Amino acid sequence: MTRLALLLMTIALPVQAGEIWVTNEKDDTVSVIDADTLEVVKTYPTGERPRGITFSKDFSRVYICASDSDTVQVMDPATGAILHELPSGEDPEQFVLAPDDRHLYIANEDDAVTTVVDTESRTVVTQINVGIEPEGMAVSPDGKVAITTSETTNMAHWIDTGTHQLFANTLVDSRPRHAEFTADGAQLWVSAEIGGTITVFKAADQTELGKVRFEITGVNSDLIQPVGFKFTPDGKKAFVALGPANHVAVVDTATLAVEKYILVGRRVWHMAFSPDNAQLFTTNGVSGDVTVIDVAAEDAVKSIKVGRFPWGAAMRPTKG
Amino acid sequence: MDFTVLQRAALAVTFGVCAGAAAAQATKLEVPVLYLRQEVVLPPVLSNLDPVPEDLGIAGAEVALADVKTTGQFLGHDYALTLVSVPPGGDLAAAARAALPGAGVVLMEGAPADLLTVADLAEAQGKLLFNVASGAAALRSQDCRANLLHTMPEDAARTDALMQVLQSKQWRNLALIVGPKPEDAAYAEALRASARKFGLTLVGEKTWSFDTDLRRAATRELPPFTQDLPDHDVLLVADEADDFGRYVEHNTWLPRPIAGSEGLEGLGWTPVLEQWGAVQLQQRFEKVAHRNMQSRDYAAWAAMRAIGEAVTRTGSADPATLRAYMLSDAFQLDGFKGRALTFRHWNGQLRQPIAVANARALVTLAPVEGFLHQRNETDSLGMDEPESQCTAFGG
Repeated sequence: MTRLALLLMTIALPVQAGEIWVTNEKDDTVSVIDADTLEVVKTYPTGERPRGITFSKDFSRVYICASDSDTVQVMDPATGAILHELPSGEDPEQFVLAPDDRHLYIANEDDAVTTVVDTESRTVVTQINVGIEPEGMAVSPDGKVAITTSETTNMAHWIDTGTHQLFANTLVDSRPRHAEFTADGAQLWVSAEIGGTITVFKAADQTELGKVRFEITGVNSDLIQPVGFKFTPDGKKAFVALGPANHVAVVDTATLAVEKYILVGRRVWHMAFSPDNAQLFTTNGVSGDVTVIDVAAEDAVKSIKVGRFPWGAAMRPTKG
Repeated sequence: MDFTVLQRAALAVTFGVCAGAAAAQATKLEVPVLYLRQEVVLPPVLSNLDPVPEDLGIAGAEVALADVKTTGQFLGHDYALTLVSVPPGGDLAAAARAALPGAGVVLMEGAPADLLTVADLAEAQGKLLFNVASGAAALRSQDCRANLLHTMPEDAARTDALMQVLQSKQWRNLALIVGPKPEDAAYAEALRASARKFGLTLVGEKTWSFDTDLRRAATRELPPFTQDLPDHDVLLVADEADDFGRYVEHNTWLPRPIAGSEGLEGLGWTPVLEQWGAVQLQQRFEKVAHRNMQSRDYAAWAAMRAIGEAVTRTGSADPATLRAYMLSDAFQLDGFKGRALTFRHWNGQLRQPIAVANARALVTLAPVEGFLHQRNETDSLGMDEPESQCTAFGG
């Protein structure tokens, strides 16, 4: 009976294989990790200083911000071949692919602009002036609002994607790094690295709903620096990378309280879920590795050596 | 120097409609900032390889001005920077009296006595002044003034940072060469005090008194000059005018690393900083100034950015409001050095990490891991609250 149940479960829930792609900022490569074996299976060369990375909806293309090459590279994930390059504006750092699977919104760190690129016609649609050192990029699930955060101006800039005009600029704490809408589009979360907080906005009227604050025993508060974060698929929790504090915080999205801190590698930046969302992979810039977190247990289970200064992470399912 | 340097940093950008929490205000808030400089005649030095830039300091303020103007455009805040530069021997007090009524906040360059002269003027009361150039201890202690904050690190913070690195490497026996100038003696005293603070031993000391031309004679003069020093792990050099120090390294009797004013240095800023977004700041700086950013540039940048941060968060240009905010727990400045910068509430010194670096690379950004402090690890660098005799801040 037990054996039958197990067999049925295996049939009902086929293991979804996949890969985690990691950009290595100071090696000019991407490392491809097999999400099952937890080994690096391939390393592909990229342009200079690769940071932001994201896949097209059908996972047939991977977009890579090659910051110091001033371009976004489009790679064939099956072969690692660079298919072509997109005009990106100067020093592209992070970007987000719109729900239309066609428009990339790119933060140009050195130019104080957000560049909108049409990935089909491979042209720049427009450039939008924002604050100094734009970095974090997000787009609402309905595609109507894009967000750029500016590190030195300390704002989230709200862009109407229909008109490409800013319609709101909201202050956050020092050095905003990353922005994400909740899956229902109701909230925008913005992390502030030096401020040490995440500000949560009500997307409908851009008012502040609250802040997530962090505290780790034995770690000086000014070293707790939230950068990248991800929501669990059920939306109940957020995993937040805390930079040089070397921990990932687990946040209850309803109460904004931190439930747990998970020790990971040094200077944790960004993260990606495995295809079944059972594991979370964090890039650790200074230690040059990726930590694998068991999402249910909220514990680190393995470190995987990648290239120098891993930065961005993105998931690609390979079958199932 | 004239005002054209300010115009090259002017931003010509137009922004979309602003709304929401950061709505453009109907009336613009004007934030006039004065940069007041007492020019000095620099002493002659042996080498002309590294001339002191004419816009040292002011270029940092210009870069920060562009930053805060951009933020201000979203908020209806308009910043302006005016430079008043007093020639050597000029009447600083008269120039300050004339210029102070036009600005609420002032960035100042000058000797400690010059700073105090201006801070004590009747016209400076109710204003907020920033020392962006002097590391003198007295300004943070018995000579402190309530209207004078400091963004330049004190000398002791730089020497403490260096000694933390030497102690953590267990390079504990030090020898010292002191230059002939008063600032060399002051820096040497800071080195001695920091060595004591972190448990290092000064095994020998010599005063540099040569007047030979070292460009020709370094290899001949320095080996015998350093030969009679007791054996040491590191040779410290106190040469704050950048006169003879460059000729010491690799010309010593014993093969020893050089530190202090030369070799491994404690610095408020250095172009070899790469992490923490420092490269972005330096690229913005180079676009404006066409040279590397130095410590005084950084101090002026930090002062201007502190003003911008306080104006942004309080919506006020009133110096008393800005001062109260800067000294509060709410204030934090992103200084591209990996930690939020704050002001020490007992003497107005900007609390900041110190780079310990050589000419080619950063060795460590102090505070060095393991040097603890009950309030903030960065307070292991420089004058701590019990050591400061400053009472003007209510301490």
